[in-house]
Amino acid sequence: MSLTTAHSVVAPSSNAKLIAGTIIIAYALISIVPLLWIFATSFKTPPDSIAYPPKIVFQPSIEGYCNLFTTRTRQTPEYINALGPPTGFCDETVRKRNMVIAGPSNFLPRFVNSLIIAFGSTFCAVFLGTLSAYGFSRFKVPLADDLLFFILSTRFMPPIAVAIPIYLMYRELGLSDTALGMILLYTAVNVSLAVWLLKGFIDEIPREYEEAAMIDGYTRLQAFWRTVLPQATTGIAATAIFCLIFAWNEYAFAALLTSGTAQTAPPFIPTIIGEGGQDWPAVAAGTTIFLVPILVFTILLRKQLLRGITFGAVRK
Amino acid sequence: MLNRTADNAARATPEPLAKKIRGISDKGLAWLFISPTILLLLAINIFPLFWAIYLSFTNYRANRPNEVVKNLGLANYKRILGDQDIWIAMQTTAHFVFWTILLQTVIGFTLAWLIDRKFRGHAFWTTIILVPMMLSPAVVGNFWRFLYEPQIGLFSYVVSFVTGIPPTNVQMLSNVELAPWSIIIVDTWMWTPYVMLICLAGLRSIPEYIYEAAEVDRASNWRQFWSITLPMALPFIMLAVLFRGIENFKMFDMVNLLTGGGPGSTTEVASITLKRQAFESWRTGYSSAFAIILFVAVFGLANIYVKALNKVKQR
Repeated sequence: MSLTTAHSVVAPSSNAKLIAGTIIIAYALISIVPLLWIFATSFKTPPDSIAYPPKIVFQPSIEGYCNLFTTRTRQTPEYINALGPPTGFCDETVRKRNMVIAGPSNFLPRFVNSLIIAFGSTFCAVFLGTLSAYGFSRFKVPLADDLLFFILSTRFMPPIAVAIPIYLMYRELGLSDTALGMILLYTAVNVSLAVWLLKGFIDEIPREYEEAAMIDGYTRLQAFWRTVLPQATTGIAATAIFCLIFAWNEYAFAALLTSGTAQTAPPFIPTIIGEGGQDWPAVAAGTTIFLVPILVFTILLRKQLLRGITFGAVRK
Repeated sequence: MLNRTADNAARATPEPLAKKIRGISDKGLAWLFISPTILLLLAINIFPLFWAIYLSFTNYRANRPNEVVKNLGLANYKRILGDQDIWIAMQTTAHFVFWTILLQTVIGFTLAWLIDRKFRGHAFWTTIILVPMMLSPAVVGNFWRFLYEPQIGLFSYVVSFVTGIPPTNVQMLSNVELAPWSIIIVDTWMWTPYVMLICLAGLRSIPEYIYEAAEVDRASNWRQFWSITLPMALPFIMLAVLFRGIENFKMFDMVNLLTGGGPGSTTEVASITLKRQAFESWRTGYSSAFAIILFVAVFGLANIYVKALNKVKQR
């Protein structure tokens, strides 16, 4: 049997499997090279990171992480020698480059902003989304299809087009560059995903459960709270993770609408510079810290991924 | 106790009346549940949209809020439709959308088809392949600038190693010919898994018995692929294409970080033009008009998308 066999009565031959497996593994390995390179670069010294030819084997260093979390100033050797003994590993590393640590960098506050905004907006979007999804799933809502389409269509607006009036509106309301403003905006973007995904999950819960609960004397609200919600937990968790990933990764709104106090990590990371250009080990360190939570979530979510990326249109 | 009595009474009465007896009516509850979402979207999406429509008829500039706003009628729209630069940006966008989607569909479908051979460990390798699409396009796209760096960048090094071109000459981001492709490569790297995942679902939805029947009829493998596999997976492929089409029409993050629209304006897609007009030249009225035009275009695409989506669902 040749490789062109699709499904067949007989399972694909071992030869076909071998060739398919080899190609897939080769693709997978090549496609994660950029990510491995980010990880490797985060442990290089700045000279190693820009060596030619690119260094695959190198002496690991945490200088990139030191630079990510600090700002440094150049000093004369006399000045550095006059200082006391270094207070830590980072201090020592920095001094070898004739610099001293001047203070913490903005990375940590930006990272905390990302956490606050991502979790805040996810909570709001999932809360509103669950209620609406239940409403659409269980009740005859007039114009339900039009409303659902309206909810989804808001997701299709180009972010820059939305950003122009939002920018003006937030300026009037004093919401520019605030976490609250970003949470509201991300909630509005994510709620469409939440409604569509959760409607799918709630549709799958048989109505009989609630009807039985209501015959037992529960009100509709109690039945929703005690029978539907517990059964929708997996769906709600998956939806929450999708919302979280969107808000965490979002760049366009954050870059245009935040500049200081509420800036999140994605617009901040590209601006990390050292002396004479981009400090790639520090950028790589920031990128690594930023990506690790998403990697964990992707692995947790792998069974629900398909549903999430198609707004619930395709379920396995 | 009271509830039970009410409920007993409710069951004895006709449905519409019964609903009223149980406290909040279902209709009331439905609106109570749905209205917060609708209100939020009205406030954050629809109100600003109408504001933008209003601004699109004016010469308002966001950096001069105190200036008298003049009503220009349709002048902004007329200028945009006659503006050479806007048409070039639209062409650039179309070029990106076409190539990214073509590459992602061909590679994605092939990968899905290979994974469907179900070799040992296919689930693990599928998860590995899926990783890039979950990451932030901005943060990862930014790092690709480093990979593209002439000489020291890994990508340039590999290219010069394979082709023999001197490493300092592999200038992906600053070469007018190559810059668009540098973005297409990153986008394809990132989003091929997306198309693959949807295609895989399509392939897995084809019932085994159809192949068994084809086998009985001695249909060749080639024939089976063209008359069973491809047509039956087609709605899924279309779904993936439409989704990517809409997303890439809005493409901003990666372009902004990799090339910023340059060199010159060779990679200036519609979103970048919009950003330059709105947030650098501060031509708020003019850019609002452009935003509205883009929105109408995307809305049209979205309509097609939802129709296709319903078709897929009916299967």
